Amino acid sequence: MSGPRIEARIPVAFPLAGGSAALIVAALILVPLGAVTMTAGGLRAPSPADLEALWFTLWQAAVSAAVSCALAVPAARALNRRRFPGRTALVALMGAPFVLPSIVAVTALLTVFGRKGLVNEALGALGLPSVGIYGAHGVILAHVFFNLPLAVRMILHGWQAIPSERMRLAASLGFGPAEVARHLERPMLRQVLPGAFLAIFLVCLTSFAVALILGGGPRATTLELAIFQAFRYDADLGRAAALALAQVAVTLIALGLAAAVTAPPAFGAGLDRAGERLIPTGRLRTAKDATVIALIAVFLLVPLATVLTGGAGQIPRLPASVWHATAVSLAVAAGSTVLTVALALTLATAGRKWAEAAGMLPMAVSSLVFGTGLFIVLRPLAPPAMLALPVTLIANALMSLPFALRVLLPEAKRLAADYDRLAASLGLRSWARLRFLTLPRLARPLGFAAGLAAAFSMGDLGVITLFSDGHQQTLPMAIYAMMGSYHQNLAAGAATVLTAITLGLFYGLDRIGRRSDDM
Amino acid sequence: MRKTLMLAGFLLAAAPALADEKPVLTVYAPEYFAGEWGPGQKMAEGFEKTCGCDVKVVGVDVLPRILLEGDKTPADVVVGFTADVMQRAKDTGLFAPHREDLSRLTLPVAWTDDTFLPFDWSETAFVYDKTKVKNPPKSFADLLNAPDDAYKIAIEDPRTSLSGLALLLWVKSVYGDKAPEAWAKLAPKVLTVAPGWSEAYSLFTKGEADMVLSFTTSPAYHIIEEKDDTKAAAIFTEGNYFLAETAAQLKGTKHPELAQKFMDYLLSDDFQGMIGVGNWSYPAVMKPGFLPPEFEALPKAEKTLFLTPEAAEALRAPAIEEWRQAFRK
Repeated sequence: MSGPRIEARIPVAFPLAGGSAALIVAALILVPLGAVTMTAGGLRAPSPADLEALWFTLWQAAVSAAVSCALAVPAARALNRRRFPGRTALVALMGAPFVLPSIVAVTALLTVFGRKGLVNEALGALGLPSVGIYGAHGVILAHVFFNLPLAVRMILHGWQAIPSERMRLAASLGFGPAEVARHLERPMLRQVLPGAFLAIFLVCLTSFAVALILGGGPRATTLELAIFQAFRYDADLGRAAALALAQVAVTLIALGLAAAVTAPPAFGAGLDRAGERLIPTGRLRTAKDATVIALIAVFLLVPLATVLTGGAGQIPRLPASVWHATAVSLAVAAGSTVLTVALALTLATAGRKWAEAAGMLPMAVSSLVFGTGLFIVLRPLAPPAMLALPVTLIANALMSLPFALRVLLPEAKRLAADYDRLAASLGLRSWARLRFLTLPRLARPLGFAAGLAAAFSMGDLGVITLFSDGHQQTLPMAIYAMMGSYHQNLAAGAATVLTAITLGLFYGLDRIGRRSDDM
Repeated sequence: MRKTLMLAGFLLAAAPALADEKPVLTVYAPEYFAGEWGPGQKMAEGFEKTCGCDVKVVGVDVLPRILLEGDKTPADVVVGFTADVMQRAKDTGLFAPHREDLSRLTLPVAWTDDTFLPFDWSETAFVYDKTKVKNPPKSFADLLNAPDDAYKIAIEDPRTSLSGLALLLWVKSVYGDKAPEAWAKLAPKVLTVAPGWSEAYSLFTKGEADMVLSFTTSPAYHIIEEKDDTKAAAIFTEGNYFLAETAAQLKGTKHPELAQKFMDYLLSDDFQGMIGVGNWSYPAVMKPGFLPPEFEALPKAEKTLFLTPEAAEALRAPAIEEWRQAFRK
């Protein structure tokens, strides 16, 4: 980069950090993928079953994302308008399904929507026919359960990000709900929705455990599942690599499309005063909002409550190994959270498209192929078991990075748009800028991102299984080991512990972020 | 990152010097076997008493790991392959003969393989809850011809689970070319296809599924550990499908004598005696007193079906495709 161009641009906090972070992330993702392809000696042509898996994957991801977003808009609008006791707790808790370890979440859904679940029991009591959850619709129901909270949070952030000056102006101009929708809400949604849709589409693209159990059969095979099958019997790396590349291609196309339809921030800088909302009055509107909030809360929170209560009685019986695994999981989660947040902040404030793209890469790659690639690359250097925990820490951080980045980006962009000139004129650079501008202004999304990263890491059952020799055990591994040896009751107890810790971390970190923002 | 790796490398190089001088025998085993709840640790302790060595039981996904590592694998011995994937494992050329006297085996089938040594066995069976399923099927024909809503079954995916693969070969052994019709009749009764035994069995214990594809020996766990005798395995008149877990030593082992001694140990009274309640299956060399009386009293299969490893390997891919097609409708 030459001198005059620097003059022309507003300098970012750490110009080199963004590039290095992007490069490291890209290398960590692409090298393992390359290693798998090279070890396989090339790609293998996909079978008809693989093409069906590709089609099913795209279809279910698109439907799940569309349904989640469609339901999230009224929910976020109602939550933004209304203030009621417990609202803050509800907003935070509503994020829970998204961070629930899938091994736990499927159980939770079955307790509510399963063949012998609460819903069917109620229908049976009323003499109504039961509803089946197994099949493509079960997969979509589960994906909506997981991802609706993400969509609600992203859209709610969008609503809260409308500067209060705009709202006051709207009020003074006598705007009714229709005008507010046209002039304020729709432009905001145009900016936020593509990102939310994309994030959910991508999460569902690599869906694995859910499709496995709720899919009902081989019709509901996703790409990630096809990759698992390719490994399981044959260690067919050629087929796995081909499927993994198909996943990468789909992700890149989706990212491109989303970038093309996302509108730039439209509101300009405000004075950053909080608390200004336009609240439509009238009983009907209040009742409508209350109903929306109640329905969403029941849909998201009842399954959660069943996991928390289901295994509680088993907790005193849990063996020491489970508590040891819990400590290991906590340590890994702590490390990977720090790493995720550092990487996400660096990439989000780099102000470059390629930094964003690099940060989204981990989402594109199958964690099974990624883990196997790392295994191939690292095996000559040290025994896999020794690397199990460090590799898991890094892998978990990478897998959370796209989410953290998605959470930070809109606000980092707004921060840059609103404060870059001021910061430049004050000569606020590097650490000073980070300390006095970036961290305080981004506290809220940073807390949320850290909560996500910690929760994902707690629930992850990916890379570690490839590296561990069974002695370095995380909590999800311990649960799985109990499930695999008839100890289903103990597994339920450990699942309750996992859920409680995951939610505690998520809620705690998110709260720290919101607290700092309020100060 | 690289520094960490180098550090890890140094630590590793230093590790053997710090430990005592005993050789270490590395045994790969499935996680359910190697883990806290399986017989892996007791097996290691039992063998360590006689071998003058340390045994390291490594819980991994055995077949893919061996295929991935090839001749560079640090494993000396692997345990856990079923007969249905033996051929695939054998084709790697990585394994050496077991040199054991097979006449001691008390399996319900003739075992002739000179590389893979069976150390326990069971048979596939649909396991159900006696208090819920009043009319359990007595044969495969019963099961297929029952009304679609008679019971909902959880099965395992043959592409990701060895029990799922065993079910596939079971159906093939009973129905041969008519397997697609059999699957078409079974499919409506299948609640879901789980990725592995753990998930399928969880659906059963939670009451979601009325029956689950498991083993004739599964009820023993509930009877002995949970004092619960409501679970039973359906014995089918056409026969139940044989499933053995085998072990094999690696050609490239650095401790061939230890590996051989370990193979001997697998058929010893010490290890065979711990198989029943340790791995919830029948010992490969059965002797009086190896099983608790409740276990001994379980109903046994009337007829044992078994495909040779070659036949199983040849049938696998086409049978999976038949199965997949049956579930597309």
